[in-house]
Amino acid sequence: MINTDVVIIGAGPVGLFCAHQLGIIGLKCEIIDNLDKIGGQCIELYPDKPIYDIPAIPECSGEELTNNLIEQIKPFNIKFHLNERVEEIKNENNKWVLKTSKSKEFNAPNIVIAGGVGSFEPRKFAIEECKKFEDKSIFYSVKDKTIFKDKSVAIFGGGDSALDWAIELSKNSKVTLVHRRNEFRGSQSSVDTVKKLEKDGKLEIFTEYQLSAVKGNSSIENIDIKHDDGKIKTLKTDYILGFFGLIMQLGPILNWGLNLDKKTIPVNTENFETNKKGIFAIGDICTYPGKLKLILSGFHEGALAARGCFKYARPDEKYRFEFTTSSKKVKDRLGVKE
Amino acid sequence: MPKIKYIEHDGKQHTIEVANGLSVMEGAIQNNVPGIDADCGGSMACATCHVYVKEEWFNKLPSKIEGEDDMLDMAFEPKKNSRLSCQITVSDDMDGLEVNLPKKQV
Repeated sequence: MINTDVVIIGAGPVGLFCAHQLGIIGLKCEIIDNLDKIGGQCIELYPDKPIYDIPAIPECSGEELTNNLIEQIKPFNIKFHLNERVEEIKNENNKWVLKTSKSKEFNAPNIVIAGGVGSFEPRKFAIEECKKFEDKSIFYSVKDKTIFKDKSVAIFGGGDSALDWAIELSKNSKVTLVHRRNEFRGSQSSVDTVKKLEKDGKLEIFTEYQLSAVKGNSSIENIDIKHDDGKIKTLKTDYILGFFGLIMQLGPILNWGLNLDKKTIPVNTENFETNKKGIFAIGDICTYPGKLKLILSGFHEGALAARGCFKYARPDEKYRFEFTTSSKKVKDRLGVKE
Repeated sequence: MPKIKYIEHDGKQHTIEVANGLSVMEGAIQNNVPGIDADCGGSMACATCHVYVKEEWFNKLPSKIEGEDDMLDMAFEPKKNSRLSCQITVSDDMDGLEVNLPKKQV
């Protein structure tokens, strides 16, 4: 059981800045995120895209913004729990007990949900039969590449994951790469490598094709892929890999008894608390009259939510507002030497 | 104002007057047309405002900008006439545009 003042769900920019604000006022926090890296949408969806509306930063990329935020919270030694999703929460003696997908338990008087549009999960094949082969013959990520040795593998997708695995697996497996259009969105060097491998007969490529049927009982026997013009091709394959990027799903948050408005959580604008005492929601996941889905709004929300957490974490103390420019106490927390 | 026809997967139709300058996505969201999620809010960072544009309209629309097809790769059942509705800005010459909504977005 990990005891802390605040558990932040979501390691995107808004969660990170909230952690900073908690550090400034002397509260401890731990951050949990389902992705394998820090940065949320900024890093997963647009690491290279320039952002122009962060106050006082005329232009920066999602990656730069994330790195700066990580730098900014360094003094507080915040612990991250990545690749982990909060599955259940329950209230015990006015504290929240959280359980994650890795069976870790947290105990804290406050939860700050900075979950964006939900947790990222792989986009899966639309075909119903695919479900029964999932994690047996159909995978959306590779955990153990040795199972593909000397087998035939059909890889679907046009991004870097699809191309990289096509290149890697073509060394020891019979690889077929299938993509819905002629252009690949992966890096040019990977596209060139894949095309060269095709020319050398090391792998096969089918473009403007999509998966249309999967046949087999306990394991896959063959699959049908359908061309845009309706033509169907049957391929014998042992395994299927799908790399269609990630989609966002609200997931278990739906079951926590929070008020919901479509896919967002209504909060008050005084401290961004939800209908549950000690649970706050900030960033894209919260809603209130006039809500803007801007990173800068999330920063403001995080600053106020942090103050909201104070009263439950330190019920016997009075919160006192202090500036980073002048407070000795705050400077000590930041490790600033005078 | 141009009228846009949104056709849900089950065939239910919504004909909405959408002001010039709004996107086809915004026209749906502001009028509570179900079937378009627009999770990212129109920044072309997801594929949850995916629509199928009726064939005769597809080529009349301003073409896709770089990056839209990359996002459509991640959509639910993309087809040749797939577009992200956040990237279609409504103008007078789009009066009568028809878009079909996919079975689901995520």
